[in-house]
Amino acid sequence: MKTIWIIARRELSSFFDSLIAFIIIILFLGFSGFFTWISGSDIFMTGQASLQSFFSIAYWTLFFFIPALTMRLIAEEKKTGTIEMLLTKAVTDRQVILGKYFATLILITIALLFTLPWVITISKLGNIDTGGVICGYMALILMSAAYTSIGLFASSITSNQIVAFLSALFIGLFFHFIFEVIAGDMTGFLGQVINSLSVNVHFESLSRGVVDSKDLVYFGSIIFLGLFLTEVSMSKRNAFN
Amino acid sequence: MDIVIENLTKRYGNQKAVDNISLIVATGEILGFLGPNGAGKTTTMKIITSFIAADEGKVYIGGKLLTDNYYELKKHIGYLSENNPLYHDMPVIDFLNFCAKIQGIEKSRIPDRVAEMIRITGLKREKHKKIGELSKGYQQRVGLAQAIIHDPEILLLDEPTSGLDPNQIAEIRKLIRELGNEKTVILSTHILPEVEATCDRILIINNGKIVADGTAESLRNQSKGSDILKVKIEDGEPDQIYKSIQALRSVSMVELADRNFNRFDIHCTDKNVKREIFRLCVENKWVLTEMTPFETKLEDIFRDLTMN
Repeated sequence: MKTIWIIARRELSSFFDSLIAFIIIILFLGFSGFFTWISGSDIFMTGQASLQSFFSIAYWTLFFFIPALTMRLIAEEKKTGTIEMLLTKAVTDRQVILGKYFATLILITIALLFTLPWVITISKLGNIDTGGVICGYMALILMSAAYTSIGLFASSITSNQIVAFLSALFIGLFFHFIFEVIAGDMTGFLGQVINSLSVNVHFESLSRGVVDSKDLVYFGSIIFLGLFLTEVSMSKRNAFN
Repeated sequence: MDIVIENLTKRYGNQKAVDNISLIVATGEILGFLGPNGAGKTTTMKIITSFIAADEGKVYIGGKLLTDNYYELKKHIGYLSENNPLYHDMPVIDFLNFCAKIQGIEKSRIPDRVAEMIRITGLKREKHKKIGELSKGYQQRVGLAQAIIHDPEILLLDEPTSGLDPNQIAEIRKLIRELGNEKTVILSTHILPEVEATCDRILIINNGKIVADGTAESLRNQSKGSDILKVKIEDGEPDQIYKSIQALRSVSMVELADRNFNRFDIHCTDKNVKREIFRLCVENKWVLTEMTPFETKLEDIFRDLTMN
């Protein structure tokens, strides 16, 4: 546990030192803020004291920004060879993976914390459903956790960051979008199965304030599978990567 | 801690990078690992660090099987890999702190240990610079510092002096020799004088197989067996001298190297040859003005063993 934290701390400071963290936070707040407050179906248009519009924007902004955060995590270390220096120290592959995973998750959580003033603002404007807001944030964090684990896996299969970014988006797109579209054209059991693979289905029910163990199991499974596959892919190394 | 390697094999596709290697490195021994590019040196080292797994064979470190105890054993291994990969965006001191922490050094001992490493490797003025801003020689020192920061009992150094200037090379060699007093060191290099200067024992590896194993001295004795004496004899006819020397029992071959100066290269099989040549000169009233033993160079042994 201590080792995981040491690795996570290094990754986090690397995020901030390389300015990636600041850029991502500013872009995330900028995009989400713009569509929550100024344009589209923003709060003033819907006229409700609710964060629904923010949650549905963040649903998309996080989808694009998370692969940008995860792409370098392992791919860069493979390219520069530092993965060898790191893994020959007193660490296991799993500790390295979890360290990098939590570092990214902490950064995303920090970005989400910066939106708390919006919650406060809206709560002053009208009666806000506190339970719903908490569930909404939980949904965002769970979704981020799932996409981070997919992104980490994508980063582990290549030493090229662009490839890692695009693969993460490609895999993510199925969960984010494609499964739902396919399921829309299908009926019966198969349709139901594919529909339940879609992130949107689970995200919506959570962000509406309904906490169902099905949704938790769903996100948990993606997180576990992503991290597990990352470990498998890391273990398949040879002397040249 | 000693290292015992039994029948180690590692394949990449059809090619055997390491082919059934067995060897023992005793505690406190400095082993020089020699071999041409692609001979399997680095692969063997990476297996010992448990960065990659062997296809066949076993590695025991301090009597424990590596594959079963790798997490525990890795704490006792310091490794400087070939290209010396480091986090270029980290300042030297932060990087060393990170390495110290991750190697499980007690928190209270970390500042002392890091300061000690900076002193040993002479990085005092560079400690706040980012590693990427340092010259290759200084980066190499950082690489060495991260390898020894946790005071490992086993030190694996893959070409530790590459990119260093002659003064730094001398310093690093001295450091390795000092460390080698109590630690088990495996050092891989192409630079043959380095091996002679630092190592107790030499292992030459070619195409994944061990082709020679011993001290520099014993390798010289094994190879071809003949020493060469360079001799200059004055006051005599070259042809007559040539014939007389050729007739000596312990001489296998004589070459007339330079007729004008009566220089001869004498290949001999016996240590007695110097006395015999001296006596020969006295008997014939020749003047022996030069006699230099010319050792077979390690380069020649290396070339003999690794050229196919």
